[in-house]
Amino acid sequence: MKILVCITHVPDTVSKITFSDNNTRLNPAGIQFIIGPYDDYALARAVEIKEANGAQVTVLNVGKADTEPTIRKALAIGADDAVRIDVEPQDAFQVARLIADYVKANPFDLVLMGRESIDYNGGLVHGLVGELLGWPSVSPVMKLDLNGTTATMAKEVEGGKEYVELTLPFVAGCQEPIAEWKIPNMRGIMSARTKPLQVLADTGAALSSEVTSFDLPPAKSAVKIIPSDAAEQLINLLHTEAKVI
Amino acid sequence: MKTLVFVEFEAGKVKKSALEAICFGRQIAAGPVAVVAAAPAGTDFAPLGAYGVDQVLHIADPGFDMPEAQPLATALAQAASQLGADAILLPKTSLTDATAPRLAAKLGAAVASNVMAIVDATPGNFTVKRSVFTGKAFAQTRLAGGKVVLTIKKNSIDVAEGNASAVSVETFAPSIPASDHAVKRISVEKATGQVLLPDAEIVVSGGRGMKGPENWGLIQDLADALGAATGCSKPVSDMDWRPHHEHVGQTGIKVSPNLYIAVGISGAIQHVAGINSSKVIVAINKDPEAPIFKVADYGIVGDAFEVLPKLTAAVKNLN
Ligand SMILES: Cc1cc2nc3c(=O)[nH]c(=O)nc-3n(C[C@H](O)[C@H](O)[C@H](O)COP(=O)(O)OP(=O)(O)OC[C@H]3O[C@@H](n4cnc5c(N)ncnc54)[C@H](O)[C@@H]3O)c2cc1C
Ligand SMILES: Nc1ncnc2c1ncn2[C@@H]1O[C@H](COP(=O)(O)O)[C@@H](O)[C@H]1O
Repeated sequence: MKILVCITHVPDTVSKITFSDNNTRLNPAGIQFIIGPYDDYALARAVEIKEANGAQVTVLNVGKADTEPTIRKALAIGADDAVRIDVEPQDAFQVARLIADYVKANPFDLVLMGRESIDYNGGLVHGLVGELLGWPSVSPVMKLDLNGTTATMAKEVEGGKEYVELTLPFVAGCQEPIAEWKIPNMRGIMSARTKPLQVLADTGAALSSEVTSFDLPPAKSAVKIIPSDAAEQLINLLHTEAKVI
Repeated sequence: MKTLVFVEFEAGKVKKSALEAICFGRQIAAGPVAVVAAAPAGTDFAPLGAYGVDQVLHIADPGFDMPEAQPLATALAQAASQLGADAILLPKTSLTDATAPRLAAKLGAAVASNVMAIVDATPGNFTVKRSVFTGKAFAQTRLAGGKVVLTIKKNSIDVAEGNASAVSVETFAPSIPASDHAVKRISVEKATGQVLLPDAEIVVSGGRGMKGPENWGLIQDLADALGAATGCSKPVSDMDWRPHHEHVGQTGIKVSPNLYIAVGISGAIQHVAGINSSKVIVAINKDPEAPIFKVADYGIVGDAFEVLPKLTAAVKNLN
């Protein structure tokens, strides 16, 4: 069983986001980068499957050399080897084509991703890879159990859950509570240093979109505090001033 | 550009998110918008005419009442080629999130999700505004090529009627290959009879400050009085006080209602990531230093157990 986990290298959720180069690039100064939180769930589930049934877990990132500490962290969590496709990710189609081409050349039984990246927030790459490979894709997956080549999954639908069944291979976009995040232990961190990390060159995947500029939301005006002994005033304000009820 | 909008009906009524997508569609093509509707036989499509829709392709197959992403992507691709549509718009839901990328790959179209505005609809320079960095920023994104697939973020536009037109309805029977049925539904667990969180105009949400699941009646009473959905913070669903599908935030549901009321929620950045596109945020918290007050428009510093019943009574008085 071979499992590919695709991970992003994204600003920690508490980071303050600013932009540089005339608002066309994320300013990395002062930002701590992490494995995308949904990708971290996908990785944790892959490692659980490996521990239970035996599997080879490969992590893949499309990114430049600065993502390697994040990739090493995934190896420390329990992936066996890693691949970095040396391209600055700019567009979901570009990333998806690179991943799909890699999977065509290196067969896997299962491809796990996060439901979405927390920088681009596209939620697109898993569906694109599924279509490009001619495989089913399912997202957002909250539970994934394998029995031989058959998977049972729970996925989120508006207001609830849907249980589905399908056979390998497929692509899944994961979210909690599919697994508990794993924290690397000392042995994992030591062994991650020597696990193989292969760097592949750009195969020239075309872009189908381009960010022309970023901007930040306008500063919020100060909160209007209503005294707690006159709570009903709030309802009047929401009715007459904010006009939302 | 010829524009196609995916429209869903619920209980015989067109969903508001679909009307929002239709209004976006009118910004792309001055002419009327064609629509594919997954709706039961006998659904009345005439009301769509008021929003400028002149043509409906109706998928009458009951299998499409609750479609999976793959057959839906195939159906929409076939509808788009039958009509020669080059802009396909879908309201953003968990179904369309999974459908849009497959549809785009089939059509060779550029795709953008989480679209909040259309900045430029000129083909070749087609530019949208998207929400990125989990609501902390926006990105103007230019889409290459002649075809686009967009998912529209809820509550990004005020629904308005357009040039009224008569609606011609045509039954549309897509041909779905067996391979599109690889994902087999076993069962569905869905909350019924409630306002669904992702669709709600008003959300009343409780955090750890509510102390325990036995106190949720207070949240529910206010929600019922307001016709609101209920939500919660992550620890609340982690402790099983509330079901997972009510968990709001970066790792849960992202909501964009007109009004979000956070009760006993501290306002951690991961929670705020799920609510920062709400129009108005109200915070009720006994700690005046709670970070939720930094993002709130209105606040009450006080004990939720005393404040909630007063608010519920005041809403009932208003009605
Ligand atoms: C990667 C990551 C992802 C996360 N994703 C999410 C997410 O998606 N959603 C999410 O919500 N959290 C998320 N979290 C957790 C988040 O950081 C916070 O821990 C969580 O939001 C806190 O929940 P809370 O506000 O209910 O609880 P607390 O932080 O414990 O706050 C309780 C609040 O209730 C107030 N209070 C207590 N008693 C009363 C009373 N009687 N009346 C009024 N107020 C009272 C207190 O003053 C306090 O402010 C995530 C964390 C991480 C690390
Ligand atoms: N640059 C990348 N490298 C590897 N995987 C990625 C990359 N970008 C996105 N993914 C995967 O695709 C998922 C969805 O990303 P997105 O479509 O950007 O929201 C992520 O959770 C990752 O698993």
